[in-house]
Formats: sequence, structure tokens, C-alpha cells
Amino acid sequence: MSIDRETARKVAKLARIKVEEDALDALAGEFNAILGFVEQLNEVDVDGIEPMTSVTPMRLKRREDVVTDGDQQDKVLSNAPDAREGFFAVPKVVE
Amino acid sequence: MSELNKLTIADARDKLRAGEITSVELTDACLAATEAASALNAVVHHTPDLAREQAAAADARIKAGDAPSMCGIPLGIKDLFCTKGVASQAASAILNGFKPEYESTVTSQLFDAGAVMIGKLNMDEFAMGSSNETSTYGNVINPWRRGNDDTDLTPGGSSGGSASAVAADLCLAATGTDTGGSIRQPAAFVGITGLKPTYGRCSRWGIVAFASSLDQAGPMTKTVRDAAIMLQAMAGHDPKDSTSADLPLPDFEAAITGDIRGKTIGIPKEYRMDGMPDEIETLWAQGREMLQDAGATIVDISLPHTKYALPAYYVVAPAEASSNLARYDGVRYGHRATLGQGDGITEMYEKTRAEGFGDEVKRRVMIGTYVLSAGFYDAYYNRARKVRALIKKDFEDVFATGVDAILTPATPSAAFPLGQEFDDPVQMYLNDVFTVTVNLAGLPGIAVPAGLDGQGLPLGLQLIGKPWEEGELLNIAASLEDRAGFVAKPANWW
Repeated sequence: MSIDRETARKVAKLARIKVEEDALDALAGEFNAILGFVEQLNEVDVDGIEPMTSVTPMRLKRREDVVTDGDQQDKVLSNAPDAREGFFAVPKVVE
Repeated sequence: MSELNKLTIADARDKLRAGEITSVELTDACLAATEAASALNAVVHHTPDLAREQAAAADARIKAGDAPSMCGIPLGIKDLFCTKGVASQAASAILNGFKPEYESTVTSQLFDAGAVMIGKLNMDEFAMGSSNETSTYGNVINPWRRGNDDTDLTPGGSSGGSASAVAADLCLAATGTDTGGSIRQPAAFVGITGLKPTYGRCSRWGIVAFASSLDQAGPMTKTVRDAAIMLQAMAGHDPKDSTSADLPLPDFEAAITGDIRGKTIGIPKEYRMDGMPDEIETLWAQGREMLQDAGATIVDISLPHTKYALPAYYVVAPAEASSNLARYDGVRYGHRATLGQGDGITEMYEKTRAEGFGDEVKRRVMIGTYVLSAGFYDAYYNRARKVRALIKKDFEDVFATGVDAILTPATPSAAFPLGQEFDDPVQMYLNDVFTVTVNLAGLPGIAVPAGLDGQGLPLGLQLIGKPWEEGELLNIAASLEDRAGFVAKPANWW
């Protein structure tokens, strides 16, 4: 599997990272180096093996479905680049 | 008393309890050492006022006779840990200005035990790196040098600031985190002890997430005993991290008995890599003899899927990172790009992330995005998770034969010069070849300084233990430490 310029552009878009046109070829090259390294995994016989979902055999705990936290609007917003009237502010989303 | 900053945790604890020193004196010594060490670039956010306040409170507590072992001990905290009201940026520009409103569980437990924070420590951006060259704060410098050669060397990564700070005696110990070797590789590069506990031993809550199924916090200390003392305060069940284990904590320090007679140590043949320097090979053989001399039985073992650990890691870790780092969108915290006329929310995300993330982070996020994307999920991500299951089974099979711990080199080389050019990103990834298997299998692993190479640089050995058996692992590590007798310190040039 070789990654071309167009695939690199698509991946950058999916990852929501702006990549300049003149950087796409180099990026594709780096992807190919990493994925080329990863190709070794195809040598392994994985027939009948379940993909690991949890590294330690444990049941995730459940808790009561109750409110445990809240009423901290100021704290939640304190690090926002743009907060107004108790909300996070972003560029217009809906026309 | 001079040079209090050079004490171990265990010695400082005893002196504090005996009233020979105060935490304020100890803390001042560390703050002075830190101030004089700006050339190392290990401490990136200094908190002297907080430190003195915590030290005074610790002294009062010690006087009152209510003093846990960590009470009054000055620590450095890796920038990956959220610390309330103190900048916590994961060494990334995308978290510029971020001051958490909350405290991570691990630091909160350490502070509850009376520990003192001298400041936040440099690291690779989002813990992605093996040389501490991806930080927004700039490189960390290793206090060690090659003899009289003044070339700056890497302290390793990602916990490079923690490694450098402890080796240079800026604090008595430091927190680290380890996703593929980020505690053990830097510990080995600077001649200190670094312990990655079993996955789930320490809560991940409040630690900036890189790869959630692999990340684990642990202590970086001057001795194995100190690692046991500090782990005790860091570990334990936390309802806020559903993967933290609800298991009773043994007394880790008490587990260090000095007696490892009858223990079985495995030597995995797959860790003998082509092109491995002779010095590493020799050190490994010496470690084997030391443990044998201490009464352990040495057996040759096989971990057949070892060579697939790094490739599996470089699918699983970027996949999880791409998901975890999706939260950095310029909305809730940190950096937001200045927008142009007509830019909408998508441009805001794309420009913010392009400006805020460094190259290595971008690369991993995009690789993760690719391996999780429709059409490639099975070929890459699911296959890597299957291989991961096989790697874990390798260890289970070996432990089932009665092996108590496994001895390997910690790193494939000693510390290398900063600024070294690599042909491609994979070259840097090879640093973690001996450590990454442990994360994939969720096991505890510890790096112990064991000798110096021909240029006078420290080299470490790694011991890998059974799940939840940090106590036994620490005991075997203490035996290795004792016999290795590593006492060298870097000459103070900084």
C-alpha cells in the first residue's frame, strides 16, 4: 500500500489539520516509511485470534446513574479562548 | 547542611522524621539547584511559592507525628499531569496558557501524602518522542556528557525533563509516564531508576491522554527503594478511571527484602538484536551473573512475537492518539488560530491544529486517522490488536512455566547527541524496541542503572515482572542494583 499525495491530503482533512500544498509530498513519504514498517504485521498468523480489547482481564465497574458533579460553569469556561455569556463561542456554524 | 538536594527519598524521610532537617531546608536546596540548572531546560514552569507553602505544611505535619513517607519530599512533576492552577501543557503549543481547574489523581495523592512540587518538567510533546526534541519548550539536555566532549546529549524521552531533573539532583524524584518506554528509556539514559507499573495500577485521571490502553504513570527516582516508596503514594484504585484496578496495595517497600534466592529469571533470546553494541550485550551478561550470584536461577526463554511489538505499537498508539487528540479543537482550552475573513468552524479546527501541534504529533495523529479510516481498519488496526494479543500471550506462556521476572537491556544504545538526523521517523522509534512489549502486554517494567559505557555514559538493564507483582519486581531490581553498585554521577557543568 503506497500513499500518494491525494491520500495524504484526504488524511489531513479527516484529521482536521491544515497541510500546505507544498508539504503534501513529504508527508506522503513519511506515511509510507511508517506504514512500510508496519507491513511486517502481515507476516504474523492471526487466524482465530481475537483483537485485544482490554490489556488486563477486568470488568469495567458500573456506578449508579446519578449526577455526581456540576454547577461549575465558570471553571469549565475559564480556559476557553473565547467564552461569552456563559457559552463557548465559535465562528458561525449555521447560515 | 549542604547538598540536601542530593538525598534519596528514603534518607530524606529518615532525616525529616528525626528532626535533623526540615522540608523547608530541603525544598530550598532543590529550588536553588533548579535555579542554577536552567541550561538543562528540565524545569519549564517553576512553582517556588507553592513549594515553600507545601514544605511548611509538611514540616508542621512531621512535627505533629503524622507523616507518611512522602511527606516533605520535593518532587518534579511531568508537564503531562494536570496540576490545579499551574500551567499544564503536555509540552504542546496547543495548550498554551492552559491552567487546569482540577488536580490529577496521582498528583493529588502525592500532595495528600505531603509531597512538595518544585515545578513542572519538560517532556516530548504529548509524550510522543524518544529524545525530548519535540517539546514546545525546546530540548532538554542530559546532565551526562561523553568524558570531556561537550556535545549536548539527549536525556531520552518522553519523560526527559523528569530524567534530567532527577539525575542532576534538582528534586529528589519525579513523576513520569510511560506509553512505549517513556519512563524506562530516559531513566536508563541518565543513570536513574524508572518504574512503569502494571497497567491500571495508577489512575490515569487528569493525565493528558496519549494512548489510553498503554499510558501508565510511574516514579523516576535515584534508587529502587525510592521507587517503591513513591509508587505507594501514586498507586491505588480511583473511581474516576474505570481502568484503574480495584486491588489492595501491598507494602512495596516492605517487599524489598534483599533475598531473591529461588527466583527464576528469564533471558529472552529475541532481545538479542542485530547490530546491538557489544557494551549492551556485555552489560546484559553481567546482569545475568549478578542475579545468579544473588541466588536466582537463570533460564533461557523465548518471546516469539517480540519483533512485531514496535510495528503493532505504531498502529495502536497513533490510532488511540488520533482519537484522544481530537479534543484539541480551539474551543474549550488552549490555542485558537487567528481566523481570516470568511473562515468557518472547519478552518478554525484545521488552522488551530496546524499551528498548535508539532510535526511528530501531527504525523502520529494522521497515521492514526489513516489506520482507523474505513477500508483500512481491519488491515491495520484490528490486525495490530490481534498481534498485541499474541505478544501478551508470549509473556503469559513464559510466566506459566515458573519464570518470576525477565531480564533485558533497557535501551539499544547509550544517550545519543541531540539534533541527530534520522532518515525517517522509524529510526527514532527503534529506541523503544526493548520497552514497548511491556506496554502492549500491560506488565510492570523497571529500568535500573547497571554500568557505564566506554565513553562514561550510563547504561540500564530492564526487569519485567508479572502483572500486579511490582513488589517482587522491585525486590529483584533492588538485588540487581545492589550488585551493580552504580554510584556514578554526572559532573556539574551546567
